[in-house]
Amino acid sequence: MSDGLAFHDVTCVRGGRVLFEGLSLAIGGGGAAIVTGPNGVGKSSLIRVAAGLLKPARGSVSGAPVRALMAEAAALDGERRLGVALRFWASLDGDDAAPGPRVAKALEATGLAALAAVPVRLLSTGQRRRAALARVVASQAPLWLLDEPANGLDDASVRLLEALVAAHRARGGTVLVATHLPIDLPEAQAIALERPA
Amino acid sequence: MSAFLTLVGRDLARAWAGGSVTYTLAFFLLVAILFPFAIGPDAALLARVGGGVIWAAALLAALMPVERLIGPDAESGVLDQFAVRGLSMAGVAAAKIAAHWLAFGPPLMLAAVIAAGLLDLPGQTLLRVETGLLIGTPGLAALAVATSALVSGLRGAGAVAGLVMLPLAVPLLIFGAGSIEGGMGAVKLLAAVSLTLIAGAPFVAGAAMRAGME
Repeated sequence: MSDGLAFHDVTCVRGGRVLFEGLSLAIGGGGAAIVTGPNGVGKSSLIRVAAGLLKPARGSVSGAPVRALMAEAAALDGERRLGVALRFWASLDGDDAAPGPRVAKALEATGLAALAAVPVRLLSTGQRRRAALARVVASQAPLWLLDEPANGLDDASVRLLEALVAAHRARGGTVLVATHLPIDLPEAQAIALERPA
Repeated sequence: MSAFLTLVGRDLARAWAGGSVTYTLAFFLLVAILFPFAIGPDAALLARVGGGVIWAAALLAALMPVERLIGPDAESGVLDQFAVRGLSMAGVAAAKIAAHWLAFGPPLMLAAVIAAGLLDLPGQTLLRVETGLLIGTPGLAALAVATSALVSGLRGAGAVAGLVMLPLAVPLLIFGAGSIEGGMGAVKLLAAVSLTLIAGAPFVAGAAMRAGME
């Protein structure tokens, strides 16, 4: 399970409210899971638990130690050029000394190569989402955690996202996606969160 | 270690590009200029209180960037990304302190030379002020980062930051200004206060940043 992700009987409580309880799941290398459910049901919290940012009230999470998170906030410095902002994260991520080529490849893959010299604050919503995706692509992490990755993306970009996820899985990577928009991930486990009765 | 340097480099670049260095120095010089207006152009009096004026101005100027040290990073998800990468929050705070000092301490010491000229300080006094600032500003930078982490996410964070930070900075002011007249004893106490702040602040800031993620 070194490249996968597993939840063991996880219960998540936010602000005194139980969001989900007794959730178990296992995704192996090359696998994917897609979390769906209405607003406020705990999809983002589930992603944050998987990322290790939230401690589960009960249960435990195990899996690949190196994870890449795409959350609601892009975490890219607005005043810096896109290429520079991405290179900062890439240099933290990789062990190799050359983050530049990795960033260039990720920008190419997300269709942002022409925007590398543009300051992040000038990007549109969809471009910023794709930039956050480029950070995940450049990270080389085996486990991707994507929180609402299709938000603000047009149809072509959603296809691009699906293709990138498929390519990552083909390399043996693992993906956990939380979304309320339809994303086509072949043979992905479906995890439907519901409001506790 | 290389992650530490990467973090320091990013914060330094942002401090210079974002203008926070310039604002802080301009504010420092403005406060230093206000005192002669308030006290009057008595050169002897100004030379006597001038060292203390520079210290008070430095303290007030240290408040200027506090709102921007941690808050924007917490909001834009940068701290979350650090945590996902397994970086310790205390280490991140230490990097931020180092970067903040580099963007704040040496420029402030340069500006203090200008302020000393405006206040007509004797060279001997200026030397003692500069020595005090060299020892005291790292502590001030550490306190600023810890305060910033504590108040990030609050409404009116800037105002709260002043209330949190200034009382804690009083020992720096006392021993800093005291070192101008008081000699080695005050310098040693200033160094002790500064070291305490530097040693404690990363853990306070780290815990506050962690708590902010929950």
